[in-house]
Amino acid sequence: MSNVIVRKTLISLAIAGAATLAQADVVIGVAGPHTGAYAAFGEQLWKGAEQAAADINANGGINGEMIELVKADDACEPKQAVSVANRLVDSDGALAVVGHFCSSSSIPASRIYEEAGVLMVTPASTSPTLTDQGLSNVYRVCGRDDQQGDVAASYIVDTLGAKRVAIIHDKDTYGKGLADATKATLNAYGVKEVMYEGLTRGEKDFNALITKIRSVDADVVYFGGLHSEAGPLVRQLREQGSKAIFMSGDGIVSDEFVSVAGSPEYVDGVLMTFGADPTSYPAGKTVVQGFRDKGFEPEGYVLYSYTAMQVVAAALSANDLDPVKGAEWLQTNSVDTAMGKKTFDDKGDLTVSDYVMYEWDAKGKYTQVN
Amino acid sequence: MDIVLQQLVNGLTLGSVYGLIAIGYTMVYGIIGMINFAHGDVYMVSAYITAIAIALLTFFGIESFPIIIIGTLFLTVAVTGAYGWVIERIAYRPLRNSSRLSVLISAIGMSLILQNYVQLSQGANQQGVPTLLTGAIRFTVGDGFVQITYMKLLILFISLLGMGVLTYVIQKTKLGRMCRATQQDRKMASILGIDTDKVISTVFVIGAMMAALAGVLITLDYGAFDFYVGFIIGIKAFTAAVLGGIGSLPGAMLGGLILGLSEALFAGLISSDYKDVFSFSLLVLILIVRPSGLLGKPEVEKV
Repeated sequence: MSNVIVRKTLISLAIAGAATLAQADVVIGVAGPHTGAYAAFGEQLWKGAEQAAADINANGGINGEMIELVKADDACEPKQAVSVANRLVDSDGALAVVGHFCSSSSIPASRIYEEAGVLMVTPASTSPTLTDQGLSNVYRVCGRDDQQGDVAASYIVDTLGAKRVAIIHDKDTYGKGLADATKATLNAYGVKEVMYEGLTRGEKDFNALITKIRSVDADVVYFGGLHSEAGPLVRQLREQGSKAIFMSGDGIVSDEFVSVAGSPEYVDGVLMTFGADPTSYPAGKTVVQGFRDKGFEPEGYVLYSYTAMQVVAAALSANDLDPVKGAEWLQTNSVDTAMGKKTFDDKGDLTVSDYVMYEWDAKGKYTQVN
Repeated sequence: MDIVLQQLVNGLTLGSVYGLIAIGYTMVYGIIGMINFAHGDVYMVSAYITAIAIALLTFFGIESFPIIIIGTLFLTVAVTGAYGWVIERIAYRPLRNSSRLSVLISAIGMSLILQNYVQLSQGANQQGVPTLLTGAIRFTVGDGFVQITYMKLLILFISLLGMGVLTYVIQKTKLGRMCRATQQDRKMASILGIDTDKVISTVFVIGAMMAALAGVLITLDYGAFDFYVGFIIGIKAFTAAVLGGIGSLPGAMLGGLILGLSEALFAGLISSDYKDVFSFSLLVLILIVRPSGLLGKPEVEKV
């Protein structure tokens, strides 16, 4: 008997606690791979969002309400993404979500957010499918893979003048999507790829595939996928004596790419498409300085995550904390962010994409190619 | 021509590593009739121990490659062997006389425990070790060349040596005789004065040590690993063990080589997208023709 009473009290306490929590603060989810092989990216998303929330709270929060962040770990697994999305919506009472990272997670999660009327701004998911679904609540502050593929393909054709291109992908939504986008543009330029194959995510031995790349005598190897496969791939490519130029997309933009490849010498000369250097925006300088003062270099998606949080805050702030109206508002209004003025089209994509080419050097750092 | 030869080299090295790990599956199955699903994760643990051992040795100022590799091999094999012993002790021995299913579930639980333990204690990130041995031998063949890196040579040499030593131990020594006796009839062996619990422990330790050899070699070669790396390679090695005939030691080595070669040749000459489909189709085919694997003995119903 007493047990039941205790349990009931506990439950009502928990409900009361949740309710006060939701009243006092604006709960915003930060969803991404906080554990697993891609945890480095989850870390980038969290750091950016955390800093943005701290800065916004220091300036009075959103209409006087403080932002409270909730970490949601999807491990880049679509199934887990669905369950954490449900958790954010149901028990955490999130009004908006910054995330997810992997496109294959963002797409199923986005539908749950739409049903619940939650605003979703992803800093990193670049698959065209995400915004082509026609959902009203989905925005992204990064580009699309078809735009990224355009930049990669025109660089291969115009700047490198390469004729023999091998395209490899990791059979995932993001990796294959990016590889297909690049392939489509290459073919439009009249360059037919000499090889188009998939590898298995999680494997480390790609020697057979690389011998095949060698046999087709490729000048350029284009890889659609993430750094955990790109690292061993580029290393084994060099070990087998191939001098082909290795190019990939924004899935490898992490310091871990260097450690997974084994040593900086292997990543020397690797090309990568990614958004223009965020520090080049005047508005971003103070933010970047803020990170550096804390002894942290805002690499990869950190500033994107920061920007996504600013977009969320602006939309909620202008619409009295209503995420559905906020999503509508973003259609017609632009937001001043650390990465410049962001304007969105009907689908929720940026009107201007800013993909440029970067090159990794023998010190294991990347710089923009001019 | 050079491409086919190169794929053979790729397949041989990959296959010899599969073979090393398959030994652990096959020996355990042979002796207590269970599939040790935690074996892939024992391999994963050995990858972490390798990185720790290299870090330790370089910390103490040792820089010569032979000493590092010998020291790492020694440390990793010893520590991973201890893991094998502990796992058998806490997860399998208490279930020695229960049904096979309970032991199987215990093995799956052990596998999850190892993964989560490593994830929590070492972090979920990708880990890397620096390249220690570079360089390769090249043979000119026709217009092209076939190359084998020194690291791959080392992999072939050490795995063959490991398999050779193990075969000798099982065939020629007293310990091997005890293992074979326990495998044939555990009850009879124990009546004749063999401490079968001890023999079973030893088999787990040997299996873990072989996985550790593979762990050191692969970690040094590919450089990258995470807490989940044991899963795929564990499945492949298990396939190799079944292919060669589970319970048979030469079968595991043969199965590993066939699997490695078929993967490399199919991926290299036809399509890398479907190489796993091909390997598993091959497994199905072989099992249709020979249900107990290539070198496996058909199970005799004891009346």
